[in-house]
Amino acid sequence: MILAEAEGAVPGWRLLIPLPQEIVWSLIFLVIFALVFMKFVLPRMNAVLDERAEKIEGGIRHAEKIQEQADQLREQQEQELAAARQEAAGIREKSRQDGQQIVDQAKSRAESESDRVLTAGRQQLSAERIAASTELRGEVGSLASDLASKIVGESLTDDERSRRVIDRFLDDLESNQSATR
Amino acid sequence: MGEFFPEALLFEGTWFEFNRVQLVRLIILAVVLIAMCLIASRSKLIPGRVQSVVELVIDFVNNNIIANTLGLKDGKRFAPMLITMFFFILSMNLAGVIPGLNLAGTSVVGLPLLLALWTFVTYVTAGVRKHGFLGYLKSETMPPGIPWPIYILLIPIELLQVVVIRWASLTIRLLANMVAGHMMIVVFIGMTHALLFSGGWLIAISPFAGAMAIGIYGFEIFVAALQAFIFTMLTAVYIQLATSDEH
Repeated sequence: MILAEAEGAVPGWRLLIPLPQEIVWSLIFLVIFALVFMKFVLPRMNAVLDERAEKIEGGIRHAEKIQEQADQLREQQEQELAAARQEAAGIREKSRQDGQQIVDQAKSRAESESDRVLTAGRQQLSAERIAASTELRGEVGSLASDLASKIVGESLTDDERSRRVIDRFLDDLESNQSATR
Repeated sequence: MGEFFPEALLFEGTWFEFNRVQLVRLIILAVVLIAMCLIASRSKLIPGRVQSVVELVIDFVNNNIIANTLGLKDGKRFAPMLITMFFFILSMNLAGVIPGLNLAGTSVVGLPLLLALWTFVTYVTAGVRKHGFLGYLKSETMPPGIPWPIYILLIPIELLQVVVIRWASLTIRLLANMVAGHMMIVVFIGMTHALLFSGGWLIAISPFAGAMAIGIYGFEIFVAALQAFIFTMLTAVYIQLATSDEH
């Protein structure tokens, strides 16, 4: 109904024929739009877009660089750690050797010391034995002479004779002793 | 039909006659340009929501239309024009579904025609600049690898194609889509209205007609974007055909 009336009023082909005022206004609008868009809006937007792209790229590059540095640092650290471990192992080994050496030294010193003490003891012992035997010899002599004089009576008080007797007795004793030994 | 030839509001009878269609265009122009200028001047490295949407559209034109047809090097040269064209057509098309405006800026022949002529001038200029005048005619009208008798048939067709058919088809495609869309909405809303007030059992059908009207409305939004895309895409393709070395 509406359409039919409109169809009657304006023939369809007129849609395709531009009127002068139509062209004029369209042109004005188009030119304004295009000018503002191409001269202001797009350059501004593109600048921002480019800047962002650049920034992102820069950021990525920066991150890569930092990653690289981190890798390097880690590697360095690992190397240092390995070196430190090696050093520690070396020190441990050396200290073990040193300890062994010290123990060996101490052992040998103790051995020599004990040898020394032993020989000294032996020497002292033999000296004392000699002294004792010498002393004993004198005492035994006098004891024996006293005993003998008590047994024999006064006869043996003559010193000269008693000494001869004693010496003979002792010599016998010694020879006896060496024979039994 | 009369809606496409509204009465004059200002300057009636002169070449500057200002009617409802021009008013719609002017409003859209002002709103879009002010909004875009605001967005552009406030655009930051970290985009806000609105800026993201605009950048999305620019990226869409850049990637899907320009990079795919013209390539990156040639594309840089024509990108401002194509992006402008896309935004202009899209906003003018969308005027058809904005309540209160209800008429696409591209649904009257002047605007599609001028846009198509802009395309025409651009691709001819680009072609002539690249191949020279005769070289350009030859590259457009005489595709290689065809026996010569065919050229007798082919040259007029190709010539007609380059000189008239391309921009005419661009104009008519855009115009007809917008006119048809508008008429569909009018028809369905009119039908809903008529059915609703018809009395009797026909009232029961009116909700379906209303639903159809809403469906068509949604469809028109899609068509608005689609036509903007097609127009820009074809412009890019024509430029590519004019500037390419071989077909």
